[in-house]
Amino acid sequence: MLLVPTPFGPRNASDLRYVGEATSRPDPSTTSPEAWRDYLYLEHNPAGWLRETWYDRVNRVYFQVERNTATNEFRNPTMPVAKHGKKA
Amino acid sequence: MATPSSIVAGARRKLGAGPPRYSAAGLVRKGLSGDSWPRVWRDVELKSSYDVVIIGGGVHGLATAYYLATNHGITDVAVLDKAYLGSGGSGRNTAIVRSNYLTPEGVAFYDRSLTLYNTMATDLNLNVMFSERGHMTLAHTDGALRTMNWRAEVNKLQGIDSSVIDPTEVGKLAPSLDVSGDSRYPILGALYHPPGGTIRHDAVVWGYARGADHRGVEMHQKTEVLDILCEGGSGPDGKGPGGRVTGVRTSRGDISAPIVVNCTAGWASLISDMAGVKLPIHTRPLQAAVTEPVKVFLPTVVVSGSLHVYVSQTDRGELVFGASVDPFNNYNVGGSLEFTEELAGHVLELMPGISKMRLLRQWAGLCDMTPDYSPVMGDTDVDGFYVDVGWGTYGFKAGPVSGEAMAEAIATRAMPKIIAPFHISRFATGELVGEKGAAAVGH
Repeated sequence: MLLVPTPFGPRNASDLRYVGEATSRPDPSTTSPEAWRDYLYLEHNPAGWLRETWYDRVNRVYFQVERNTATNEFRNPTMPVAKHGKKA
Repeated sequence: MATPSSIVAGARRKLGAGPPRYSAAGLVRKGLSGDSWPRVWRDVELKSSYDVVIIGGGVHGLATAYYLATNHGITDVAVLDKAYLGSGGSGRNTAIVRSNYLTPEGVAFYDRSLTLYNTMATDLNLNVMFSERGHMTLAHTDGALRTMNWRAEVNKLQGIDSSVIDPTEVGKLAPSLDVSGDSRYPILGALYHPPGGTIRHDAVVWGYARGADHRGVEMHQKTEVLDILCEGGSGPDGKGPGGRVTGVRTSRGDISAPIVVNCTAGWASLISDMAGVKLPIHTRPLQAAVTEPVKVFLPTVVVSGSLHVYVSQTDRGELVFGASVDPFNNYNVGGSLEFTEELAGHVLELMPGISKMRLLRQWAGLCDMTPDYSPVMGDTDVDGFYVDVGWGTYGFKAGPVSGEAMAEAIATRAMPKIIAPFHISRFATGELVGEKGAAAVGH
C-alpha cells in the first residue's frame, strides 16, 4: 500500500489514478514537431525524486507531489492543485 | 513436459564448434567419480579497451554477445553487469514464450525468437527445458473476443498456428478452468496458440554465457557502469546528439570502446541518460508469485487480460502467477500485499478449485514501458551508442531474436529489416507499432 499525501489528506494509491511525470504542455500553435514529440513521449524516468501528477477520483481533482521512485518517500505534499488536466 | 534427451541429441552434432560438450555419458562419469565440474565461463581480468562493451548481463546482453561472436566473428567483447548474470528481468520473468502478437511487425519478430528457442538446446548444448505446451489467452467480453479474432487472422496470414476456440474446447484443454459461464467474468472463448510454452530462463542465460565465453567474449559481473564517456555531442561533457561514444567508466575503472550497447531492463533510462539519449520509457515493477508444488493438472499456459493474470505450472508442479505492471512509476521491487490479494481473487475467479493452495513466495522485476508496448532497438543520435531497451513485459520471449538482430546491427552498421520498425525514430515520425492489445496483460 502506498499512502499518497493529497490536498484532502493521505489516500491509498488505489483510490487515485496515476497520471505520470509532471511536464508543461507547449503551445500547439507555436511549438516545433520535435518539442511536441518530446512532450508527448519522452520521459526523465529518474530513480529518485520525481514531480508527478495524480488524479483524485473521488474529488475529481488533479494534484502534484514529489515522490522518490526508489524509496516511495514523499516530500512537498502541499503542491498546488494543477490547472490543466493531464500532464499539467 | 520438458524436451527430453536434448543433452544426448546435442552430443551427436559435430564436435569442435562449441564449448566442451555436455553428454549423458559425461553426467554418469562425473556422478560416479565425484569429479567437480569445470567453471562454465572464465573469470578474467578486466581489460582497458574492447571493440564492444555490452551493459547488462541478461538474456539480451548475452545473446547479443553470443551472436556477435558466432555470426560475425567479433569476439573482443565485454558484457558488464552490476550484479550477477541473469539477476534482473532474465531471472524474474515467468518464462513464457509465444508469437501470437497483433501487428505483422510484432508477429514476424517474435516468431523468429520462437524458432531460435526451438533449436536452442541443440545450438547451445544445454537443456533449456523448452516445453511447447500451448498458450491460451482467455476472452471474457465481446470486445476481447473481437481482438482475439483479429489477432488470429493476423497470425494465420503470417503462418502462425493460432485460432479462436470456444469455451467447451477451453474446458477440454484446461479442465480446472471454470467455463460454466456463471462467473463475474465468464469465459467466452480463447485465442489458442499451440507453439507457445515455457522455458527455463536461467538455463537460457547460462547457455548464452557459456557459448559466448567459449568464443572469447568476457563476462564481468559485479562491474557497475557509472558513466558513459562521449565526445563531440551537443550536451555537457560531449554527450548527446551528434557526439560519439569513447568508452565507459565502471566501478572497476575506465574502459575505452567505440561501441557501447545498452541491454539493461529497469535501468534503461538511467544508462541512456549517461550518453545524453532521452527515451520514451517509464519504469514499473511487475509482480509475480509462485505456489507450493502439486501434481500436474494445468497442461497449458493460461492468460486472462481482463483479470490481469497469467498462470502456468512448472515441471516441479508449482503454479507461477504473473500480473500486470504496477499502476505508478517505481524502481522498488519490494512488492505489496494488495497485489497478492488481488491476484489470489482473480486466480480463484478462473480456477475456483485451487482455493486451498498456499503461496510460497512473491517477487517483482522492473519493466521499461514504452507508449506503444513495443521495444526501442538499434542505433541512436550518439554514434556508437546502441540501445536494446523498452522491453516492458515481453523481453524474455524476445531475447534470442533481439541478440541476433542487435549483433547484425552492430556488425553491419545497418538496421536489420526485422527490427527496423522498432527504431527510436518512430516516435518522431509517428509510426508507432501498437502492440498494447497483445503485449499487455492489463489494459
